[in-house]
Amino acid sequence: MTLQNRRILINKTVMVLSTAAAIGGIIFLFWILAVLLFKGFAALNFDIFMYDMAPPGREPSGLRNALVGQLMLVVGASAIGVPAGVLAGTYLSEYGGKKSRLARFIRDISDIMMSTPSIVIGAFVYAVLVAPFGHFSGWAGIAALAIMMIPIVLRTTDDMLQLVPGSLREAAIALGAPKYKVIIQVVYRGAKTGMLTGILLSIARIAGETAPLLFTSFSNNFYSTDLNQPIASLTVTMYNYATSPYEEWIDQGWAAALILALFVLGANIIGRIIIRKREGEH
Amino acid sequence: MPTICDVTHEHIIDVKNFSFYYAGVDTPNLKKINMPIGKGAVTALIGPSGCGKTTLLRCFNRMHDLYPGNRYEGEILFDGHNILDKNEDLIKLRTRIGMIFQKPTPFPMSIFDNVAYGLRLQGLKNKNELSDRVEQALKDAALWKEVGSRLKSPGTALSGGQQQRLCIARAIAVEPEVLLFDEPTSALDPISTQAIEELITKLKEKVTIIIVTHNMQQAARVSDYTAFMYLGDLIELGVTEELFITPKEEMTEQYITGKFG
Amino acid sequence: MNRTMDILFHNITRFFALFVLIVLIALFFVLFSEAKPAIDAFGLQFVTNSKWAPNMDIFGGYPAIYGSIVSTVIAMIIATPVAVGIAIFLSELAPPWLAATVGMAIELLAAIPSIIYGMWGLFYLAPLLRDIWGGNGLGLATAGVVLSIMILPFMAAITRDAMKTTPSILKESAYGMGATRWEVLKDVVIPYVKSGIIGSIILALGRAIGETMAVTFVMGNAHKIPNSIFKPATSIPVTLANEFTEADTDLYYSSLFYLALILLIISFTVIAIAKFWFLRNLQEQKI
Repeated sequence: MTLQNRRILINKTVMVLSTAAAIGGIIFLFWILAVLLFKGFAALNFDIFMYDMAPPGREPSGLRNALVGQLMLVVGASAIGVPAGVLAGTYLSEYGGKKSRLARFIRDISDIMMSTPSIVIGAFVYAVLVAPFGHFSGWAGIAALAIMMIPIVLRTTDDMLQLVPGSLREAAIALGAPKYKVIIQVVYRGAKTGMLTGILLSIARIAGETAPLLFTSFSNNFYSTDLNQPIASLTVTMYNYATSPYEEWIDQGWAAALILALFVLGANIIGRIIIRKREGEH
Repeated sequence: MPTICDVTHEHIIDVKNFSFYYAGVDTPNLKKINMPIGKGAVTALIGPSGCGKTTLLRCFNRMHDLYPGNRYEGEILFDGHNILDKNEDLIKLRTRIGMIFQKPTPFPMSIFDNVAYGLRLQGLKNKNELSDRVEQALKDAALWKEVGSRLKSPGTALSGGQQQRLCIARAIAVEPEVLLFDEPTSALDPISTQAIEELITKLKEKVTIIIVTHNMQQAARVSDYTAFMYLGDLIELGVTEELFITPKEEMTEQYITGKFG
Repeated sequence: MNRTMDILFHNITRFFALFVLIVLIALFFVLFSEAKPAIDAFGLQFVTNSKWAPNMDIFGGYPAIYGSIVSTVIAMIIATPVAVGIAIFLSELAPPWLAATVGMAIELLAAIPSIIYGMWGLFYLAPLLRDIWGGNGLGLATAGVVLSIMILPFMAAITRDAMKTTPSILKESAYGMGATRWEVLKDVVIPYVKSGIIGSIILALGRAIGETMAVTFVMGNAHKIPNSIFKPATSIPVTLANEFTEADTDLYYSSLFYLALILLIISFTVIAIAKFWFLRNLQEQKI
């Protein structure tokens, strides 16, 4: 075999292998997606939204309390995490800038916080907000999710605000506006779409978290909106149901998985559309 | 019909009735071009941006094949053989026809490995021979004096002008028959530009050169033949001095006197 | 009035920026102080002691640490070549429409909550592997496979993004030398984006080692060093998830926090390495 034929053969082999890797990887991923859709839709019905969790065999049963609990946890975490993250990101971009050592340090810290194992955050919140009070609570779950959310919102806010051209700020300052008004009225407005997308994606990200809720908000078989008490969530319910021996619970676990995945994917797709629209405008 | 001068050099390349279409575009970007390239000469391609000069240059080594959907029509004869043939061996073609780009493109490896790259691809393993050939190529590219003592440092550590000469050394190390230059000095300062121009004049003893340039003075300085292109047509191919002093076509005259473009 | 507001706004934003720092410090401090009884009782031998016997109040973290590391290593061995293969396919081989579609599907899959990967692992992968490998299908190998699939989209997406940063003129000049596609990749693209690829692999590793929900179903929950990767085992997150609410003695509780602290330190180190050694340049280019 000539050298050149060998080079061509090696090239073809690698290309075939990487195509095979792509096909193989994608088959597995689509397998998971197919299972999720198939099992999820098979178990999805109106009862899921109408009735609370019930012991196996008892009809009608649903996931209403888990859905409500999940919603309360996500909304609660967002109500804390979004403003805190936006304000912190504002400091980094508007008062710290690229050169400030404190700003750079906090940026690095947030990057590390974003990748901290979520179960560790759950354990932390347990020690701070559960153990001292002697019981699990919705507030503890909210705190755990908010802690995960703040660094994500912080980083996207920081990135998005830095994209706003400096000339815009200067123009506003030249008109005599105080800095806080420049930030709120000019800079935020300029970065609006990017920030919204970032916030949306961070909500989607924490909505799918299970581990930090296991021993903070725990679970609750009954309908409850009291955040001082343990509260049900879709994710913890999925965990409990999937490890149970009951066929109908497992099926309902898949329904919960589907609802969760649709929410997360929906938020991601909307985020993408917003970004694309903005890129189209420019 | 374009005015085509008599190319007294032996023809190494003959472009015949050649058209080129970019992917998804129905109108040709190059329209039925006929053009001989003289062996051992420097041919400059000039014209306003969008005239197709770079597009034409990239046809000679089939660079357009990297992006699917591009289409050639007609013939480009290289040594009497049509390189647009479907079964053309692109690896061999590109070792015979080298290319220098508008920005220096040192590979992420040492100076030595950059120059040895093409030789190694061709299977040259003998260390002594490799270093001899690398040294020769760096000398031919007028770079040896500057980098001979630090061949192990990364190619990206050189200055812009040195990087471009490194790329020329890399290209000539494999002893190509033709070298394509795509605006090789557009990213360089005047002194580096002069060094590259001197190099081109020296290199034509060994290799045929086709150079795309947006700078008419540069074409006048380095080339033997100049081709003026406009909107995908070849307007005029002439001996360089004649084309710049007594252009045959009115459009050429307008362009070189700065009336448009 | 404006001046007061300005100072106020400045300080509010600074407070929240510092809050992130405070949380991180508190995280280390609280974990350490909760783990203190176990640290006092077992010292650093906790890390190498493989006996976990809650009924005797003896706790050794080695099985969990071992399981975390081995399952992560298995995941990386499987996922790295496949992710690089997918990235090559997407950036170099696939026609644009296919690369865009598959690329977007992969990015979306990276957003799917990890518990769903875990459920799939329990109900579909574990039975399949049980038929192939024998045993009950639960263990480090199964956990490694689920982890590898969970991190695959993330790894493939960032590797592809890194590869795309190679200037096309650089690739063209390698093609211009008569290099084949593979040679261009091997000699130009991969060296050019090397630090980005390594950084993405380490970030994925950081995710994998701290992952709870994808593996907790399929690990098998056995507190010992298995004699085979096909046998049940445990990992730090799995131990925490399963035993946190069962810890009935102070030492048990504290030992779990010791494990959490070890996990935090491992993941902190891994991420810091990825960020500061490999991704720094890449990020600054982007900004």
